Amino acid sequence: MARQIRIALRNCGVIDPERIEDYIARDGYMALAKVLTELSPEAVIEIIKKSGLRGRGGGGFPAGMKWEITRKVQADQKYVVCNADEGDPGAFMDRSILEGDPHAVLEAMTINGYCTGASKGLIYIRAEYPLAVERLKTAMSQSRETGLLGNDILGTGFNFDIDIRYGAGAFVCGEETALIHSMEGLRGEPTVKPPFPSVEGYLKKPTNVNNVETFANVPVIINKGWEWFSSIGTERSKGTKVFALAGKINNVGLVEVPMGTTLREVIYEIGGGIQGGKEFKAAQTGGPSGGCLTKKHLDTPIDYDNLIAAGSMMGSGGLIVMDEDDCMVAIAKFYLGFTVEESCGKCSPCRIGNKRLFELLEKITQGNGTMEDIDKLRNLSTVIKDTSLCGLGQSSPNPVLSTIENFMEEYHEHVKDKKCRSKVCKSLMQYLVVPEKCIGCTLCARNCPVNAISGERKQAHLIDQEKCIKCGACMEKCKFNAIIIN
Amino acid sequence: MAKIKLSEKKIQELKDVCKTFHNDKGELINILHKAQSLFGYLPAELQEVIAKELNVSVAHVYGVVTFYSFFTMQPKGKHPVSICLGTACYVRGSEKVLEEFKRQLNIQVGQTTADGKFSLSCLRCVGACGLAPVVLVGEKVYGRVAPDGVSDIIAEYNI
Repeated sequence: MARQIRIALRNCGVIDPERIEDYIARDGYMALAKVLTELSPEAVIEIIKKSGLRGRGGGGFPAGMKWEITRKVQADQKYVVCNADEGDPGAFMDRSILEGDPHAVLEAMTINGYCTGASKGLIYIRAEYPLAVERLKTAMSQSRETGLLGNDILGTGFNFDIDIRYGAGAFVCGEETALIHSMEGLRGEPTVKPPFPSVEGYLKKPTNVNNVETFANVPVIINKGWEWFSSIGTERSKGTKVFALAGKINNVGLVEVPMGTTLREVIYEIGGGIQGGKEFKAAQTGGPSGGCLTKKHLDTPIDYDNLIAAGSMMGSGGLIVMDEDDCMVAIAKFYLGFTVEESCGKCSPCRIGNKRLFELLEKITQGNGTMEDIDKLRNLSTVIKDTSLCGLGQSSPNPVLSTIENFMEEYHEHVKDKKCRSKVCKSLMQYLVVPEKCIGCTLCARNCPVNAISGERKQAHLIDQEKCIKCGACMEKCKFNAIIIN
Repeated sequence: MAKIKLSEKKIQELKDVCKTFHNDKGELINILHKAQSLFGYLPAELQEVIAKELNVSVAHVYGVVTFYSFFTMQPKGKHPVSICLGTACYVRGSEKVLEEFKRQLNIQVGQTTADGKFSLSCLRCVGACGLAPVVLVGEKVYGRVAPDGVSDIIAEYNI
């Protein structure tokens, strides 16, 4: 794991997350003490700005700039919000930080409160993460007892407290305006920006929203200095990024690597390569908002800008590896299925457009697609991106555009040859018995759930294509490899 | 949808929940979480009580309930089965596992078996991608589930 540098994950698995003493022993709350006793809010914001820290939730907005905007707005009450609504399927870095190092987030939020002039913090967390909620609650009560949260923190006269708000299963609530509406007890629908939450957010007050991983970086930057932090990474993306490696890879789990590490290093050196020695086909980053990186991107340094140039995005850091058995048209359809379900329905490009995209993809995977449909997919995708209200719709066609861009030949095969090379699209395949290999043991016929296989004992069997539901049970059971997919 | 009648005791319990949140409409989602953990689901009658307590329209409460996938207006089975269809589980074959549950329980997603024992739902990522594909029965997590392991899981609860 030589290539990894652990900043956001520095304490995960190292300390007992339920003991504040463990956190303090690893320089915990040292940054807060330094900030409150030695530095002005402006000086801290300057440090964060100079460090080059960008939002780790997906968009990559410079964190220091966000803090500064919130600071400059005049208001009687301001809020700090930690976005822990990690809804991106295949991403679990925020959960790990909250469960493994909850104090880091609390400390950073308090620092942010000091900088922006907020006295109240809110953590918006998914209801699906009960352990993370428990750990946060334990950490919060420990901090209060120790005088690190609440009134008169460390005897400096600074007041700041944190509360938890629960999500209820809506992907769109990761978008900051939707998140704020959800915290207000409303439907989590986004609104047009500006006004940005930094100016007008929770209860119409200036609200600084950052994600869990962004916050987790803050105490280290204060302790070790911006010079140290900005020496890691690439020119425009500083520090490290946590990726959740999943899919067809040998070592599944979280990795934290400097920005600019190549995909090859992540997959082959850290991830231990593809499962079963199969061939790498694509890596999907950015979840339903991102796109696919392919073999030609293996040596591209991963950072915010390069990923966007490659038609994907950083997203929250899910990195799902796919091999030759994954059909890219079906993957695009899978993501669109997700978007259709999670679109909040407020604006029509996203609500209706994505549904149409899904239908077109379905038509293609069923073998009824035409070349014209591929053009339609492209055009409609562009319209949805240009006209949707929020980040969800503006990025939802990315999986379609990126698979068309990188795997056009697979779309062509589905449309022209009615073939799915990865043998995923059921409508395009047939299970056949190879008569020379079949010894007529009847095992397949007995296991077929729909009785589609006929044949006498000791004679070659036959699959009735009309009845076959393509479940693959026969192929799994056959001991003689006599069943093949055409 | 069939009407159900809430007992006086239940209604009082619900009002107490609202009160612990100061009947604040900004706390609606927290109240609904609490109510669902008490009653198992959120029938229309229950939403009417909450709306009245918080002094908002029933439509407002209904709008919130139906927006979030975590809230349900259908009673769940004694052992709610949830299959993760997140990307990591999907590429590792969770669809086949789902098909097998559907076949063996003989219900569709969102339905409950006639004996009320099992209900079937899909969810998007529990953050346990290392164990993909993942199935949850109640709060118990089953990792690396293969289609031929489905009958064993069902049998565990079918006593």
